[in-house]
Parts: sequence; structure tokens; C-alpha cells
Amino acid sequence: MHSLPDHYGTLMALWTGVPALILLLTWHLLEGPVINHLLVAQLPADIQSADSAQIQLAISKVYNLAAGSGLAPDASLMPAVNHLAALNDRTLILNSGIALSLCLVCCVITYRRIKPQLRARTEMENIVNLLLLSSSGIAVLTTVGILASVVFEAWMFFQQVNPLEFLFGTTWSPQVALRADQAGSSGSFGAVPLFLGTLLISSIAMTIAIPIGLMAAIYLSEYASENVRQYAKPALEVLAGIPTVVYGFFAALTVAPFIRVLGTDLGLEVSSESALAAGLVMGVMIIPFVSSLSDDVINAVPQSLRDGSYGLGATKNETIRQVVIPAALPGIVGAVMLAVSRAIGETMIVAMAAGLAANLTANPLDSVTTVTVQIVTLLVGDQEFDSPKTLAAFALGLVLFLSTLILNFVALKIVQKYREQYD
Amino acid sequence: MIDSSSTTSKKTMTNPILTTRQKVEKSLARRRAAETRFRLYGMASVFFGMLCLVVLFTDIASKGASVFQQTSLATEILLDSDYLDLTKDSSADEIRFANFEGLIKRHFAKSLKPKGRKAKRELFKLISPGAAWQLQDLLLANPTLINTTISIELLMDDDVDQWFKHDQDLEIDEMNNRLSEQQLGWINTWVETGRLDTHFNTLFFTNGDSREPELAGIHGAIKGTLLTLMVTLLLSFPIGVSAAIYLEEFAPRNRMTEIVEININNLAAVPSIIFGLLGMAIFINIFGVARSTPLLGGLVLTLMTLPTIIISARAAIKAVPPSIREAAYGLGASKNQVVFHHVLPLAMPGMLTGTILGMAQALGETAPLLMIGMVAFVVDVPGFINDPSTVLPVQIFLWSDSPERAFLERTSGAILVLLSFLVLMNTTAVILRRRLERRW
Repeated sequence: MHSLPDHYGTLMALWTGVPALILLLTWHLLEGPVINHLLVAQLPADIQSADSAQIQLAISKVYNLAAGSGLAPDASLMPAVNHLAALNDRTLILNSGIALSLCLVCCVITYRRIKPQLRARTEMENIVNLLLLSSSGIAVLTTVGILASVVFEAWMFFQQVNPLEFLFGTTWSPQVALRADQAGSSGSFGAVPLFLGTLLISSIAMTIAIPIGLMAAIYLSEYASENVRQYAKPALEVLAGIPTVVYGFFAALTVAPFIRVLGTDLGLEVSSESALAAGLVMGVMIIPFVSSLSDDVINAVPQSLRDGSYGLGATKNETIRQVVIPAALPGIVGAVMLAVSRAIGETMIVAMAAGLAANLTANPLDSVTTVTVQIVTLLVGDQEFDSPKTLAAFALGLVLFLSTLILNFVALKIVQKYREQYD
Repeated sequence: MIDSSSTTSKKTMTNPILTTRQKVEKSLARRRAAETRFRLYGMASVFFGMLCLVVLFTDIASKGASVFQQTSLATEILLDSDYLDLTKDSSADEIRFANFEGLIKRHFAKSLKPKGRKAKRELFKLISPGAAWQLQDLLLANPTLINTTISIELLMDDDVDQWFKHDQDLEIDEMNNRLSEQQLGWINTWVETGRLDTHFNTLFFTNGDSREPELAGIHGAIKGTLLTLMVTLLLSFPIGVSAAIYLEEFAPRNRMTEIVEININNLAAVPSIIFGLLGMAIFINIFGVARSTPLLGGLVLTLMTLPTIIISARAAIKAVPPSIREAAYGLGASKNQVVFHHVLPLAMPGMLTGTILGMAQALGETAPLLMIGMVAFVVDVPGFINDPSTVLPVQIFLWSDSPERAFLERTSGAILVLLSFLVLMNTTAVILRRRLERRW
């Protein structure tokens, strides 16, 4: 016989389970939108012709009524509510019925195919390989999903706001007027203060992280004894494992007040949510990113280069500065770029410690806001999906995604090229 | 060598033209000093990193340690059947609707005799609303206690709690004036008679969120976290491992595979907040997954941790030596048999370690969850993955915004719990690696 008994068994199990499972999953994914669509047809004509926000509102009312919440029943919506109840009953019967019969049909078909001549192992292995392939496809789908969602919403945003105004405007006040005659909230989407704020905080963080991370990496890979290295390296890496919300809490409640007191003593005016506090703490968080990546890179520099330098009479520090670091420079640059992309994308520290005021300033003692903070503030809480205020968050997300993607892509390329050089 | 050179260097002091050897010797002191300095910078950098770690931990531990103690007042109170309108045979519903709050107010008004409405209000403010629930729970457990005088430790308000734990020895003008002089007078008499005392704060671990700091606990957040992580683990482990197996063992070496690999590596470095945007636009708006639920949180965190798990699982598969594969092939195994019977079991410890580390990352993640509605104020403890809930890091974020001092303590306490979970997971990963991972 071509295959072992359990190959036939597994083949049966796969044919019985997998198609039905796929069917159930797609059903669940599509159920919501399809039911919504069917419900819209049942709504009164005047709502149907209104804009999408009103339809959305009516639909959610229908859902609440059907769920039996204490809303006052609305006679015009009742057909839709009844329709929903009927649909709910029907879908449950339909989808379990269809899934079960699919199971049964596949089971019978496969059972009848089972003969000694069936190459069950090959067929089973092909199905398994297909499942494995689709798993790795999910990672690609994620990227596509990110791009699609961010680009689509950003496109909607740029229909309402000029992209040039968004990229080069210097006033950020996303409050959109609810009434036409409302004062003081015109909604202005110039993102330059956010970009500068992000840049300011990231550069403070990098001025901490680059020298300290790099020196720590050099010390650990070139000077420290095996004993010290064994404990110091993981201890430093703990810094990267601490949740960012903890750093945010530390920055907002310990570091920021400390800097404020210190600044006031020196006669400086320090805002209670200063860019400095957020930047310093972020710098500490990023130290291990710089140090462990640089550490790997420095370790990869061949010993022969060092030996050559020693042979010429250089001291250890001269060897490191004039031979090892230049040789490792591409890799170190890659590490720093990855760290920068980390700093730009960091959210919780800045959300808790840097504040919301979109000031156009380079003073680290002032309060600034960043791209990530604005995304969070614009999207937390209730929001309607077609207001420029909500869509602005997606436009900012697009900028953030693209800039970090470019940084990561280039950095990974550099590191990879560097590795090949000494392999 | 040094002796001989020192004599020559004295002579050259007058001679401006130096030999190479003399130049080198002259510069040695400077170069050695530079060497020492460089070494010191390195040590200082490592030391600075450690120092930050220590400062961070001590700061949070010192702020949060007191959360494990809660102040209560020992008192004897008559469960008056007439006032409560209850009998021994009252049903649970009747007990739930009885006016315990009024009973407590009457009890304290009688014993301390506050003068005027303002004084009364100040007195009642000292006792937590939770005290009424204590009496209610007591009666629910044992209805026969009605009309007896019981001695009980009544829960105090957070202002009393903070004063008793931190400010007792301070002068009045040093305090932040949360308590009036009259209130302090009452509290001081309680302290003098030894009735005010602290106990282990079980409520912190058994309650959900609350607007009253003394009643706010992390049970809901912990349950939400566990449910979210469960969804994440159930989805990301099988998918991540399958993807790693495919890429490492089956994928043809071509342009397509290369793109997938680059894509995964880049995805690992995408800011987490972007995954929140994705969750919002795709899961909520297109697929209609309910907001604020562990299911949605788990889906978003799955996509976020997937690259981490795939990368570490691939490394684990790579570490299995080719000799194992070749031996299996030699015995006639098919490609799939080699992978599933030999490579996978040997790579499993490494994969598990990577998965635990990925889960630890997911456990600490806050930003994407803020955007999919897990910031809602949820009092109830979630029962299953489709109940609205919050998670521990988000709870920390929410509490850190509250102005009350008692919430500061609770935030730090919640951080301590979160960090101990992380330490637990990371230690498990390290132990797993040490015990199961083989060196080839």
C-alpha cells in the first residue's frame, strides 16, 4: 500500500473539517455587512435617502431595539426590527445547517474514495502544505490590510483637506465646528507642529540612547569579563521589556515634576508636561535597542582586524575607535535607524508625559505633541467615521507608517548587507 | 625597557627632533589615560542603564507598596430589623434593597453627634460606600444575624486611608487639605482608641474598576488581560508556527518568498499604534467585531505578535542540525514526515520560548487597545471573550489620569502586578530554554 492507515484517517478528518470551518469563518465575517445591507432596504424611504451617518444611526437603533434595550420603540423602524429578528433566527439555522451538511457531504465523498490505490499520504501532505502556505499569507495580508485601511481613510481625508495644507500648514486644531455659526473651532489641519514635536522628542531620546547604548555595547563586547557580560546584558535588556505604559507613568509622575522643580530652582520656566521628560524616559527605554543590536554588530567584526591593529601597536581604545567602529559602522547606523523608528512610533510615553498642546517650538522645556499622541486622542472615545477629525488620524497614521517603513526597510537592508560582508 | 627609555627621554628634552620611539614613549601616558577614560565611559554607560532600572523599580515599588493595605474602622453596629425592614426570613432580593447606608449613617450620627448638616456630611464622607455592601454581604451570607449587634471592620474612604497610611505624623499645614479639622478630630479619636487599623487589601484583587478609589480593583482588568492573551495565544501560536515551517522548510527560494520574508521583518518593526488603526478600520468597520471585547483585542494583538513569533520559530527550526533531517530521509521518511516527526519536536522548546516572549510583549501593549475601545469604564468582570472589558496596561493608563492620590497608589500597585506577571513569563521562558533547549 502507498500510505499508512493514519494517513487515510487524517485525510478524512481534513476533508470533513476544513471546508466547513472555512465556510463558517467566511460566513461570520460577511454576516454583519450583509445583514446591514438587508436592513437598510427595510428602513423608511426618507432615512434611506439621507446621508450615511443617519442610516448608521438608524441601523444601530434597530440593533438596540432588537436586543430589547429600553429604547422607546419607533414605529417607522419596526419593520426593520422584525426583519432583523427573523434574519437572526434564519442565519443561525442556515449557517449551522449548511456547515453540517457540508461536513457530511465531504465526509461521504472522501469515504467512498478510500481504496488501497488512493495516494492518501500525498494528498494529505498537499492539503497540509496549503494550510501552512495560507498561514504565512496572513502576514502579507496584514500589511495589505494596514496599507488599504490607512490609505483609504487618508484618501477620504485628503478629499476634504488639501494635502499640501496638511503637510506644510503650521496650525493644528482638529476641532471641527458642529454648527455653522460656532466660533473658535474652524478645524485646521497643519501637521507641521506634530512633525516637529515628534522630531524634538525623538532627538532628545536619541541623544540619550545613542552614546549610552553604543558605549554600553562597546564595553560589554570588548572590555567586560564573561561573568559581567552574562548578567549585565540581560539586565540592560530588561529595560526594553518594561511596558511603555509603565515608562509613561514614570515620566509623567516622577521625571516631569523633578525636572519642573529643578528648572524652577534654576530660574527657568518649565511646562508641567515638558518634551524633555518624555524624551529622557524614551531615551532610557531605547538604550537596549541600540546596545544589543550594536553589540551583535561589533561581535561580528572579525578578530583578525583587531589583531592586525594590536600588531601595529595600537591600544585597545585606539583599535576600537579606529578599526572596530569604522568596520561596524554600517551595522551601527542600521541599529540607530531601527531605534529612531522605534522612537517615532512610541505612543504611551508621549501620550502620558508630553501633552496635547500643538506648539510650534524647539524648546525642550515646553509642552509639545506628537503624531502618535494625536492619533490616540483623535480616535479614543466615540467618533463618526466621515468627519475630517477622525480621518485626520488615519492621514497621520499613513505618514507614520510610511516613515517608519522606509527607516526599517533601509536599516534592515544595511544590516543585511553588512552581515554578508563579514560572513 | 622602561628604565632605559627614561634616561634617553631626559636627554631629548633639549633636542627638538625626536625619534619614532621617543615620540611613542612620550605619547604613552596620554594614550593610556585615554584608554582608562574610554573604559570608564563604557562602565558608566552600563551603570547608568542599571541605575535607571533600579530607580524605576524603587520609585514604583515605593509608591505602590501601600496599596496592599487598606484602612478600616472597627465598630459595633446593631443590624436594626425595624430600620432595615427585614426579618430572618427575608429573601435575598429584599436584603439587596435594604437601606444599609442609612443604617451606617444613623449609627455614626448617634455616636459622634455631628452638629448641623455640614458636619453630618463631613462625617458621612469618611466612610466608604463599600461599608454598606459589607453589611449587605454579611446578611446575605447569614440572614439570622438580623437584630443582633455585630462587630465589623468598616471600610473607610480613600482620604482617611491615605491620611492613616501616609500623613499621620505630618503637621496640619503640611497636608493637602483633603480633610477638615473636624474630620481630623474624629479620625484622631478613632486612632487613639485603636479602632482604625489597616488590613490586607483583598478588594484590590477581587473588585472591578470603580470611581471610588478604595473600591477600585484589578480583577476585571486581569480577567480581561487573560482572556485577551488566550485569544492571542490560540491564534498566533498555530499560525506563527505554520508560517515559520512553511517559510523555512517548504517555500521555494524565489522572489515571492523573499517579499514575504522582507514583509515579515518590516512588520515586526511597525509601530504598535498602526495595528490599532488596522483593527479599527478592518475589524470594527468592515467585519463588525464588537468594540472593547477581548476577542477584538486578541485579534489585533495576534497580528502584532505574529512577526515576532514567526521570526523566533524560524530561528528555532534553523537551529535543528541537517544531520537529523538526513537521517530521517535516509530511513525513507517523506518531507512532511521529516518536518512533523523530527524537526518540529526538536524545535518546539525554542518556538515556545519565542511565543512566551511574544505574549509578554502583547501583555504590556497599550496603544492599539486604546483605539479599539478598551478604554471604556468597565465595572463588571468580563465573563467571556465577547464581554466588554479592559486590560491591565489600559487600566494603568486610565488610573494614572485620575487626580485622587489614592489612584496614584493603585496605579503603582497595578504596575507592580503587571511587572510580576512579566517577570513570571520571562523567567518561564529562560527556564524553558535552559532545560529543554539542546546544544548541537
